[in-house]
Amino acid sequence: MGRHAFHRSDSSPARRAGVALVLAAGLVALSCGGEAGSAMAKHSSGGTSSTAAASDQMGATAAQTLTGAGSTFIYPVLSQWADQYSKLKGVRLNYQPVGSGAGIAQIKAKTVEFGASDAPLTRDELDQAGLVQFPAIVGGVVLAVHLQGVQPGQLKLTPGLLADIYLGKVKKWNDPAIKKVNPGLSLPDKGITTVHRSDGSGTTWIFTNYLSKVSPEWKQKVGNDKAVQWPGGVGGKGNQGVSGYIQRIDGAIGYVEYAYAIQSHMTYTQLQNEAGKFVSPEISSFMAAAGNADWKNAPGFYMVVTDQPGDDTWPITGATFVLVHKQPESADQLKEVLRFFDWSYKNGQAAAKKLDYVPIPDNVVQLIESKWQSEISGNVWP
Amino acid sequence: MRPLRLASAPLPRIPMPMSTMPATLGPRRWPDAVFRAAAMTCAALICLLMAGFFVELTWKSMPSIRAFGFGFLTSAHWNPVTRQFGGLSSIYGTLASTAIALVIAVPLSLATALFLVKLAPRGLARWVRQGVELLAAIPSIIFGMWGLFVFAPYMADHVQPFLQETLGFLPIFQGPTMGIGIFTAGVILALMVIPFITAVMRDVFTMTPPVLEEAAYGMGATTWEVVRNVTVPYGIQGLAGGVFLGLGRAIGETMAVTFVIGNNHQLSASLFASGNSIASTLANEFSEATDPVYGASLIELGLILLVMTFLIQVAAHLWLRRLGRTTGRTL
Repeated sequence: MGRHAFHRSDSSPARRAGVALVLAAGLVALSCGGEAGSAMAKHSSGGTSSTAAASDQMGATAAQTLTGAGSTFIYPVLSQWADQYSKLKGVRLNYQPVGSGAGIAQIKAKTVEFGASDAPLTRDELDQAGLVQFPAIVGGVVLAVHLQGVQPGQLKLTPGLLADIYLGKVKKWNDPAIKKVNPGLSLPDKGITTVHRSDGSGTTWIFTNYLSKVSPEWKQKVGNDKAVQWPGGVGGKGNQGVSGYIQRIDGAIGYVEYAYAIQSHMTYTQLQNEAGKFVSPEISSFMAAAGNADWKNAPGFYMVVTDQPGDDTWPITGATFVLVHKQPESADQLKEVLRFFDWSYKNGQAAAKKLDYVPIPDNVVQLIESKWQSEISGNVWP
Repeated sequence: MRPLRLASAPLPRIPMPMSTMPATLGPRRWPDAVFRAAAMTCAALICLLMAGFFVELTWKSMPSIRAFGFGFLTSAHWNPVTRQFGGLSSIYGTLASTAIALVIAVPLSLATALFLVKLAPRGLARWVRQGVELLAAIPSIIFGMWGLFVFAPYMADHVQPFLQETLGFLPIFQGPTMGIGIFTAGVILALMVIPFITAVMRDVFTMTPPVLEEAAYGMGATTWEVVRNVTVPYGIQGLAGGVFLGLGRAIGETMAVTFVIGNNHQLSASLFASGNSIASTLANEFSEATDPVYGASLIELGLILLVMTFLIQVAAHLWLRRLGRTTGRTL
C-alpha cells in the first residue's frame, strides 16, 4: 500500500507543483500575516456575534462571549470583573492584553468589540474612526526610589525637581534643590539613576504627559508618547523590569503603576500637586483626581487626568479608556459590552479597590451612560 | 556559496556501479528518485525560506529605508515622539556585547575542552563534561533573571570597581558602576555560549589522529607543545566552527540581554553604561510600535541583524579557506 502511495506522489511534475503551491502559500501567509490574522479574527468574532444574537432571544442564558483587546494595565481588574460577571449572567469575556496601541488598531479594524487604551484618543481621531470612548478605571503612576534610610512616603518631590531629575540636570541625591524640600532627611552623596519603561507603555504615556505639563523644557526636548527618547538612565521591561532595576541600583528612581508599587512594597515618594500641596499616592488621592477633573467639558472624554486641581489630588493619575464603535456591526453584542461595563461601574468597585485600582466616581458614570445614549446609534442603551 | 572542503587531500574516487546499472531493475529505481526529490525539496525549502526572509524584511522596512536612508546606520537618534529613528546604538550594543562574550568565552572554552580531552582523569572528565552540558540546557530567561538579581549586584559591588581601580584610565571602564549595562550583558552572554563552544571544541580535539600526537610526543614535545603545534592547528576549522556557533548564539540572544543591558538608546564610550542590542530593542518595542515608520524601523533593525550574521558567516568561510591552505601546508 505504501508503495502505491509513494508511487503516486512521485509522479514528479505533480509533486513539484504541489510543493510549489505549499511554498507559495507559506510566503503569502508570511507577507500578509497581519491582514490574514485579522481577517481570521474578524471571521471568528462574526461567528460569535451571530450565535450571540440567537442566545439573546433565548434570554441571554446560553454562553455568550464578548471580545476585547488592548491595555495591559486594566487586565487584572477586567478579568476579575469578567469572572464574577460570567458566574452571574453567563456572559464571558475574551480579553487580549496586547497593549494600548495594538488595542486601538484592533478596534479600528473591527476584529474586537471593544478596545482599551491608557492614552485617550482626541475627538478628531475618534470621529475619523467612528469610535466612542469612555473611561473604565482610574489608576495612578507613582515614583519609587532606592535610597538607604528612606522610608516609603518620606521623600518629597516637586514637579520641577522631578523633571530636572529625569532631564539629568539634578545628578546627586544630596543636591541642594532636593535638600531644600526635604529638610529632615539625610540624603546620601549618591548619583541618581533614573529608571524608565523600555517597552512602549501607557504608563510612560501618562508619566511623560505629566512631565510635559509641568516642565516646558521637557515638553520641548523630550515630549509625550508611549515611548520617548530618554535623556539618560536605564530602561526596564514592564513594571517588573522597572522595579527590578530600582531594587538593584542604589540611588535609583523610577515610575511604576500604583497597584504594582503597593503590592511589591516599594519606597514610594510624595509629590507636590497643582494646588501646591504634598500628597501621598493612595486610592483617595486618585479618586480626588478623577472626581475633580472636568469630564463634562471634555469633548469625547478626551481627558488626561494628570496635574488636575484639588488639594488632595495625586498629580500623575491616568485612566484606561474603552473604545467602541458608534455604528456597531452587531448592536446586540455592543449592548452586552455596555451592560458589562455598567455592571462593573456599579458592582465592581470592591473588586477594583481590592486590587488597588480606583473605580470611576459615580458622577462620572452618569455622564458616561448619558453619552452612550446620545452617541451610539441603534438604540443600544439603555 | 560553495561547500567547504577539508584541508586534507581529496578522497580517491570510488567507482559506483549502482549509478551505472542498466534500467533492468525497473521497480527498484523509484525509491532513489523519491529520495532524491525529497532531499532536493528540503534543500530548496531552506533556500527559499532564507530568500523569503530577506525579501520580506526588506519589503517591510521600506518606509524606514525611504525615510532615513543610509543615515539609519550612522545615527543613534531614536525618538518615537518625533518619529526619527537611527539604529546605531542597537548595532553598537549588539557588536560590543558579542565581542565581550567571545573575548571571555573562547579562551575559557578552549582551556576547558583541552582539560577534558588531554588532562583530566576519565572520571572527573565525565563529571565536568556533564556539568558543562547542563549549563547549555539552562533557558536564557533563567540566565537573565540570575543576571539581574544575583550577578549584576556582584558586578556593581566588586568586579566593576576593581576594573575601575586597575584599568580606570581606559574610557571603556569609566562612569558609574551600576552593574547593569553592555559589559554585564557581555559576561552573561559569555556564560551562555561557553557550553556550546566547549562541546564543539572537545569533539574536535578527540578527533585528532592519535598517530600525529604520539609522533610529536615521541620527538620529545611537552603536552603544551603538542597542543600548540599539533592538536590546535589540526582542528582549527572545527575550533573556528565552535566559535562561530557561539557567535551566532550570542548575537541574537534576546531575553538574557534584555534583562541586564539597561535598554537605553544611547551611545557611550563606557562599557559600564546602559545600552541595548538589536534583539533587545525588538523585544522591548515591537508590541506598541503602531506607527508605520516606527514599525518599519524595527523591522529594518531585524534586517540589519540578518545581514550582520550573514556577513560574519561569509567572512568566516573565506578566512577559514585561507587558513586551511596555510595550515595544511605546515602540518
